[in-house]
Amino acid sequence: MKIGLDVGSTTIKCVVTDEAGKILYQSYERHFSKITEKMTGLLEKVKSSVVHGNKASLTVSGSAGMGISQTCHLPFVQEVYATRIAVGKLIPDADVIIELGGEDAKILFLSGGMEVRMNGSCAGGTGAFIDQMATLLNVSLDEMNRLAENYEKIYTIASRCGVFAKSDVQPLLNQGARKTDISASIFAAVANQTIAGLAQGRPIEGKVLYLGGPLTFLPQLRASFDRALGITGICPENSLYFVALGAAYCSAEEIDLDKAVENIQKYGSTGNFLSIPPLFANKEEYSEFCRRHEGCKAPRGDIETYEGGAYLGVDAGSTTVKAVLLGKKGEILSSFYRSNSGNPVPIVKDYLLDLYRKYPKITIESSAVTGYGEELLKNAFGIDFGIVETVAHFTAAKKFRPNVDFVIDIGGQDMKCFKIRNGAIDNIFLNEACSSGCGSFLQTFANTLGYSIEDFAKLGLFAKHPVDLGSRCTVFMNSQVKQAQKDGATTADISAGLSVSVVKNAIYKVIRVPNAKELGRNIVVQGGTFLNDAVLRVFEKELGVEVTRPDISGLMGAYGAALYAIKKSAGKSGIVGTDELENFKHEVKVTNCGLCSNHCRLTINIFGGKRRFIGGNRCEKPVTKRSGQAELDMYAYKLGLLRSYRPVKGSRGKIGIPMGLNMYELLPFWHAFFTSLGFEVVVSPLSSRELYVKGQATIPSDTVCFPAKLMHGHVQALVDAGVKTIFYPCLSYNVNEHLGDNHYNCPVVAYYPEVISANMRCLDGCNFIHDYVGLHRRHDFPRKFGAVLRRNFPDITQEEVRKAAKAAYAAYADYMEKIRAKGDEMIAEARKRKIPIIILSGRPYHLDPEINHGINKLITSLGAAVISEDVVSCKEKRFHTQVLNQWTYHARLYAAAKYVGSQPDMNLVQLVSFGCGVDAITTDEVRRILEENGKIYTQVKIDEITNLGAVKIRLRSLFAALEK
Amino acid sequence: MAKLKYNRKGRLLFTREMKKDYTILAPMMAPIHFHLMIDVLRNCGYKFELLDTNGPNIVQEGLKYVHNDACYPAVLVIGQFIDALHSGKYDVNKTALVITQTGGGCRASNYIHLLRKALKKAGLEQVPVISLNLSFLERDPGFHVTLPMIRKFIAAMVYGDVLVLLRNQTEAYETEKGETNRKVEKWSKHLTSLFNAGKGLSLTQVKENLHEMVKDFAAIPIQKVPKVKVGIVGEIYVKYSALGNNNLEQFLRDQDCEVNVPGLMNFGLFKVDNRLEDIKLYGGNPLKYFFVNILMNYLVRMQNIMIEAVRSEPRYQPPEPYAHTKSLIKNVIGYGDKMGEGWLLTAEMLELSEQGYENIVCAQPFGCLPNHISGKGMIHRIKAIDPKSNIVPIDYDPSATRVNQENRIKLMLAVAREKLQKETGAGSF
Repeated sequence: MKIGLDVGSTTIKCVVTDEAGKILYQSYERHFSKITEKMTGLLEKVKSSVVHGNKASLTVSGSAGMGISQTCHLPFVQEVYATRIAVGKLIPDADVIIELGGEDAKILFLSGGMEVRMNGSCAGGTGAFIDQMATLLNVSLDEMNRLAENYEKIYTIASRCGVFAKSDVQPLLNQGARKTDISASIFAAVANQTIAGLAQGRPIEGKVLYLGGPLTFLPQLRASFDRALGITGICPENSLYFVALGAAYCSAEEIDLDKAVENIQKYGSTGNFLSIPPLFANKEEYSEFCRRHEGCKAPRGDIETYEGGAYLGVDAGSTTVKAVLLGKKGEILSSFYRSNSGNPVPIVKDYLLDLYRKYPKITIESSAVTGYGEELLKNAFGIDFGIVETVAHFTAAKKFRPNVDFVIDIGGQDMKCFKIRNGAIDNIFLNEACSSGCGSFLQTFANTLGYSIEDFAKLGLFAKHPVDLGSRCTVFMNSQVKQAQKDGATTADISAGLSVSVVKNAIYKVIRVPNAKELGRNIVVQGGTFLNDAVLRVFEKELGVEVTRPDISGLMGAYGAALYAIKKSAGKSGIVGTDELENFKHEVKVTNCGLCSNHCRLTINIFGGKRRFIGGNRCEKPVTKRSGQAELDMYAYKLGLLRSYRPVKGSRGKIGIPMGLNMYELLPFWHAFFTSLGFEVVVSPLSSRELYVKGQATIPSDTVCFPAKLMHGHVQALVDAGVKTIFYPCLSYNVNEHLGDNHYNCPVVAYYPEVISANMRCLDGCNFIHDYVGLHRRHDFPRKFGAVLRRNFPDITQEEVRKAAKAAYAAYADYMEKIRAKGDEMIAEARKRKIPIIILSGRPYHLDPEINHGINKLITSLGAAVISEDVVSCKEKRFHTQVLNQWTYHARLYAAAKYVGSQPDMNLVQLVSFGCGVDAITTDEVRRILEENGKIYTQVKIDEITNLGAVKIRLRSLFAALEK
Repeated sequence: MAKLKYNRKGRLLFTREMKKDYTILAPMMAPIHFHLMIDVLRNCGYKFELLDTNGPNIVQEGLKYVHNDACYPAVLVIGQFIDALHSGKYDVNKTALVITQTGGGCRASNYIHLLRKALKKAGLEQVPVISLNLSFLERDPGFHVTLPMIRKFIAAMVYGDVLVLLRNQTEAYETEKGETNRKVEKWSKHLTSLFNAGKGLSLTQVKENLHEMVKDFAAIPIQKVPKVKVGIVGEIYVKYSALGNNNLEQFLRDQDCEVNVPGLMNFGLFKVDNRLEDIKLYGGNPLKYFFVNILMNYLVRMQNIMIEAVRSEPRYQPPEPYAHTKSLIKNVIGYGDKMGEGWLLTAEMLELSEQGYENIVCAQPFGCLPNHISGKGMIHRIKAIDPKSNIVPIDYDPSATRVNQENRIKLMLAVAREKLQKETGAGSF
């Protein structure tokens, strides 16, 4: 008999076959990370009920089985390899296998040159990801599948990372998008991610097999793959067991099962993992700690006896809704804290109805709302004020500690921290593009291990050996936790370890301070996550200070909003009354805005009567039908200017230029150059989601920045348009602006043409000119580049090149001059109108609306002028920075920061592309330069998809701070 | 503590006074090479100490004091320094640090600044940092890179490359376990004593010693059985450093593979050659070309000596001459790609495959910028040119888990073993 054991990241599968390969036994179950117990249990069961003392051989497979098999000397076969063996035996005519597992995604090409592909260190788009999304939608996997059947629209959701996807899905939920559409969109995202990430340009065709848990259990997921691939794949019998079957087929060595079980049990108790000291040495220490924190209480009133005016504060967070009702003296009459189940509207409606009915003697005199759902709730219920979260939290914190100088709030998916200077919010830290280390992170882990979050947290308090897990992404953490479990860590150790990682993430990754002194002496902590004593304890220990945790720590946003409502009360609230609430309706329609190239996907919420709310928009156009302050937006101006370089018909035919990365600045140069030589310069169209998807399958490195990835789409678009000659040169060096120690391009900008050339097969019939060019050496350029050109066009004379070069340098200078002149004009106009000026600093390619996601419009809609960094950087001379200042584009950032430091009415917002390694250096330096001059540093991280909600908080907080 | 002096830009200098009684700490990368190089520096009159520390605290300190999105090597190198300074083993008022700086367009040229920022954050501002570079980026009155020092460095690099090569090609097949490593130790010690006596660094001595070394290793009894041959390429730190790559070489040896880690010599040649290529591509000072070319020729000569020596014993396979390595990437990737490991990374993959090490681990820090291009970006093309190549790119990062990495490497090995079995009937799962 042959036993195959597939120990995956979330499940364990076992198959027993006879010598001929006939299946005698099979089982599939989740192991909840209790791997050794499950393995021994299974083997014992198999031994007694199937093997019956016959000869048996055993092979282990699967990611979680790897370490065990090695230590216990059990034969092991890599899982992808096992799959291949099973398929080879059972379905020999299969061409491609797509297998999704708990944390792995694999594609195997069998026919036409075997190749196996496996996802890298990122578990986006796998079973764990789908689980997370189901939790977020608050449905079971089955329900999710059923919901997806009835979809109407597909939203774009990033599935590269569960964290990103969450920040896509959450706003959709908050805006009221339908769960049916979201479910289908999640499946589509998984299919997209798998195909793009793993196939890397190799076509998937022929007989395609779907294997593994998610593809077996979710027919709609299979349907999404079918749609994306344009084929009908097969989910064969035993699709869950192919790895286990392959392992069984590989089994050759006879094995003593009792001995194996014994060895595995021994392995379970090695206790070989990194740990840190316990959180509390003993119970006494804990009770002392509890006593200290109990003292911090908000005043309460009795709602049963209270009469008269009351003040409502609502905080619609990412996963929860909180509300606080205050009496005239600020005493809390009632409050609630509830999961929003994807839609906060009915929860608030029920609360209000209940309040009106039970307590007719109370009238709401003023109300305020904050949080992600601010706009939605404000419009739905006629709430009087909407305030930005940071202001709400600060207002609440002041009530507990009037001299507070640092507030940290860790909620479900957000972490907000800010410093207070001179009574105003000064420096804001938000976790962006990454929700590791937040409440939902702990929650997810508690759930996977089968605990409620409260019980899970308590377990950690007295853990003897908290696991040292480091701090990083949830997905990475998953495998780290599994590793620790395999090494014998208890659930208590893991619970404590996770709390430590939450805090370390906050302190070292989000706030980035090495010691507490920099944070201030009076720290108020809040947010649901701090109700967890373990987290609070670690925070105090790590920083070495005693902090204030209010008893309403989870309600502080709502409390702050209510306090704000009291302050701003005009005596009468516009909040909806009983009659209207009883007939309250909430309808959602989805549409695409066609008013500009962003094509925002709008969700229109209609709340009976005349109230409605449009979500998903970046600017005010769809709401007011007016454009924002386009005349004070350098990003819009620059983009318009670049689009004005039109093709001029010429004798030498067409030459295509992909419009991305450095071409966003060099287009005027190359346009003039090639036009002068008699080429018709054709530029790829503006970026769009569709354009990106077109090129997505040829991206070889999924961790490169989004602007680079977009290049694939641009080149594809040119090829599709029939352009036969495409020009995209490699540029180690950029133009020298004498602002830094050197004038390089970053490695990606410099050499991305090489990647395009090596990975885009559509270029085979084209002349793709991507030679190395030195624009920085103006005098050598015509000679050197002339030689390059003549290799492609032998008839071009050196004289022509010299002339063209002259025109090119002139056109570039002219373009830069235009920008600076227009920028100065806008600055002057903004000053005349007394509106704040934001220097939106990034790289030239951040002009692309698909890359900046319309953040420039968001800023103008908030009433500020947007100026680009190149307008002001030229006003500075080279100066000494604390980093090696060696990239042209980045030198501008430092110079712009320095200039902004000298201008009272200017502030700087830095755009950072996710995955930009260079910005790990620039952000700290730009911050340093700004702070040295007493300015607030604001950073906005952008990627393929961006959570504009977080961006808005940042910008509004900045404006709120400026107003003080 | 010596008197602290600063230059005009406010950078703390390593003064002559410090040279007398300061200990200079150097981070670990390739152990065999670095031990020899440190000997050279000691030989030049500096008090050097190589940090051979490891353990989780290094990463922790790194994450604490370095921007978490900075590359993994920066996190580790800086973490190792801070860990050492915090250990109490060194008088922080009498310790300096040294770090290399290539001056290329990659982030790595900024490590030194990240290190200074980290020292400031950790309250260790009094610790001077010396930049070891050939680009005239920073100079210190108490530390000079001299011509003799460069020559000795090159000699140490050559010894290191040959020792590593001999070890890798012998150890996998030795009949008596441990014999090769004992020989490596013997030679490391021997070379150190030679260096200390001021010997072993001239061209002729290098030649003699190498021949003797090769002969000595060739005397180790081996049994050549077919084994999976794996090459390691990648970002230089993660490629060589066991701390950076979770002990990759040892893992592969434990998986019963013969490992080939291409030496440092090619990297040296590549970095020098870049200056020549720059002038060829974009124009430049012919005088500069002339002088750089002298250094280039010297290195090429050294490499030839090395190849000759290895070739003297038929059982060893020498590395290919630089010119050949470079020729492999013609029409694959441009010679202008010079940041980080640049085109050399692609060339090494092709060379390894050509030499029979077609199973390749391409190691890079998570999000490594140059390797998006010349590593992961070129795999597709390499496979088209050389269909037998079996390459797995692995990302290293403070929290990428070993299980994940090893699982992917095992997949690569499973494919390799199947092929080996088909070819030779040997090897098993």
